[in-house]
Amino acid sequence: MSEAAHTGFIIAAYAVAAIVVASLCAWVMLDYRAQRRSLADLERRGIARRSAAARPESIEQRAKEKA
Amino acid sequence: MAIADLANPARFLAFADRTIPWLGGVAVIAFAFGINQAMLAPDDYQQGATVKIMFLHVPGAWLGMLGWGVMTVAALGTLVWRHPLADVTAKATAPIGAAFTLMCLVTGSLWGRPTWGTYWVWDARLTSVLLLFLLYLGVIAVWRTVEDPSRAARAAAILTLVGAIDLPIIKFSVEWWNTLHQPASVMRMGGSTIDKSILIPLFIMTVAFTLTFATLVLAAMRNEILRRRVRTLRLIQASAAS
Repeated sequence: MSEAAHTGFIIAAYAVAAIVVASLCAWVMLDYRAQRRSLADLERRGIARRSAAARPESIEQRAKEKA
Repeated sequence: MAIADLANPARFLAFADRTIPWLGGVAVIAFAFGINQAMLAPDDYQQGATVKIMFLHVPGAWLGMLGWGVMTVAALGTLVWRHPLADVTAKATAPIGAAFTLMCLVTGSLWGRPTWGTYWVWDARLTSVLLLFLLYLGVIAVWRTVEDPSRAARAAAILTLVGAIDLPIIKFSVEWWNTLHQPASVMRMGGSTIDKSILIPLFIMTVAFTLTFATLVLAAMRNEILRRRVRTLRLIQASAAS
């Protein structure tokens, strides 16, 4: 098989790897946005976990402020 | 922060928020360096230029097995220690491990056609890796079909522990049976048989892919914790409405 034909296989392999990594990155980023949006929507409607309701300032907020 | 503190989901979220950008950044730098080294690597005396596919295929195989290894430890965490983040880890890792196993299978086929003259043979190594991919799909299916997260976690953990038997089969298949797939050449007794000019780019690409894997697993775990919070709030909303 010629070197040119090998190049096609190499490009195809790198394209597959790029698609796999890019798809995984897109999936986690879009999912993160979707979960954040859902949480913000629920909190806007005044729905809070019992632990969060007892302490209006969430642990995450405090951790972020601390950082 | 002690590692034990990360068992608390809120502390884990703060840790993930801080770590993901750095880990992702280091992975991008490692990829830039690794791809550069991979393109500069000489052709192999037998494989020719197709050796460049090995820089993707080997990390894919490693991460496919690492993913199941992580899930196996997490399964023990779910069933034995009932660790709060164990089932979150298992659920987050499954699609990522499946994707890297698929990458291993596809790039292996693309290497096999010019080198062996065929995309696929039913030898022990290839078949056991295909079985690993199918096991990943099985675990993902369990997570998606069982509605109660704790029941889904237990069912997925049992399937994961059973599936872990496939890991030593994959590793030793090339020694136990006659396979078209070559025997171990990187991690073997007596050291690697690969020349440094190819081994170094392979190592850098493996590090880059492993850093990407770690970043993706952390990000997916963060998403899963947030998804469980959303679920809890929706249950509170539903019970308040009824």
